[in-house]
Amino acid sequence: MSVVPAGTLYRGKVGMWSWVLHRISGVAIFFFLLVHILDTALVRVSPEAYNVVIESYKTPVIGLAELGLVGAILFHGLNGVRIILVDFWSKGTKYQNIMFWVVLVLAVGITAYFTPGHLERVLEF
Amino acid sequence: MSVQIEIPNSPRKQRVTNWEKYGWLYMRISGPLLIVLIFTHVFVNLFTGEGIKQIDFAFVAGKWADPFWQWWDVAMLWLALIHGTLGMRTVINDYTEKPKLRTALVGTLWSVSGALILLGTLVVFTFDPCPPTSNPDLLPSFCEAIASS
Repeated sequence: MSVVPAGTLYRGKVGMWSWVLHRISGVAIFFFLLVHILDTALVRVSPEAYNVVIESYKTPVIGLAELGLVGAILFHGLNGVRIILVDFWSKGTKYQNIMFWVVLVLAVGITAYFTPGHLERVLEF
Repeated sequence: MSVQIEIPNSPRKQRVTNWEKYGWLYMRISGPLLIVLIFTHVFVNLFTGEGIKQIDFAFVAGKWADPFWQWWDVAMLWLALIHGTLGMRTVINDYTEKPKLRTALVGTLWSVSGALILLGTLVVFTFDPCPPTSNPDLLPSFCEAIASS
């Protein structure tokens, strides 16, 4: 039985989608980091200035965005480990597909574990 | 006249520092360190205690009164921002086609990152957890002992 090769171009397989997600999560985390350094710098202005701005992190809308942030950080970090394993581990390319699904399950799972408690805090049930 | 052809399998001549290689390595060395630093940071600040509700000036002051967390956060700042800047540089290189635009964007990127690293480092190390003229209710509890002594 002949096996049709998958081709050398990305065609929506795990390799492409992990790359897309890694890039999007990375850019999102980068812009959050810029904002986060600036908001934290307000501790050097006054306790009042810092507290006023940090209150916005406890609102429902930003609170929901924080779930996305936690998910993005988990995915980016774990998928980064996957990339390192593909680069340096002799069996990395063999297991890259299953490793992607492990990364996704862990990222979604840990975010789901974090969600109820966090929502309770930002939505004021 | 004979033409001199380089031996095909001779190693590539490397006269200047291979910055691309060190950038590539930096991502793979800082990455695992950032996993430890940031996952702990998120766990301590958002997963434990009152989570996001506990974050205020007194919380930050309580952490930064300890040099351990000062150095933790400064290490995170440097490693993460340089990691992010190298990543954004890759994105810019992928999508810009005009060399002048590319140079301008990458230059702006490094300027912003450099300024924020400087700002963040100064904030952490010049931080006063008990600013003398502030409302005592907003300060960590240990400031009272300092004020009365």
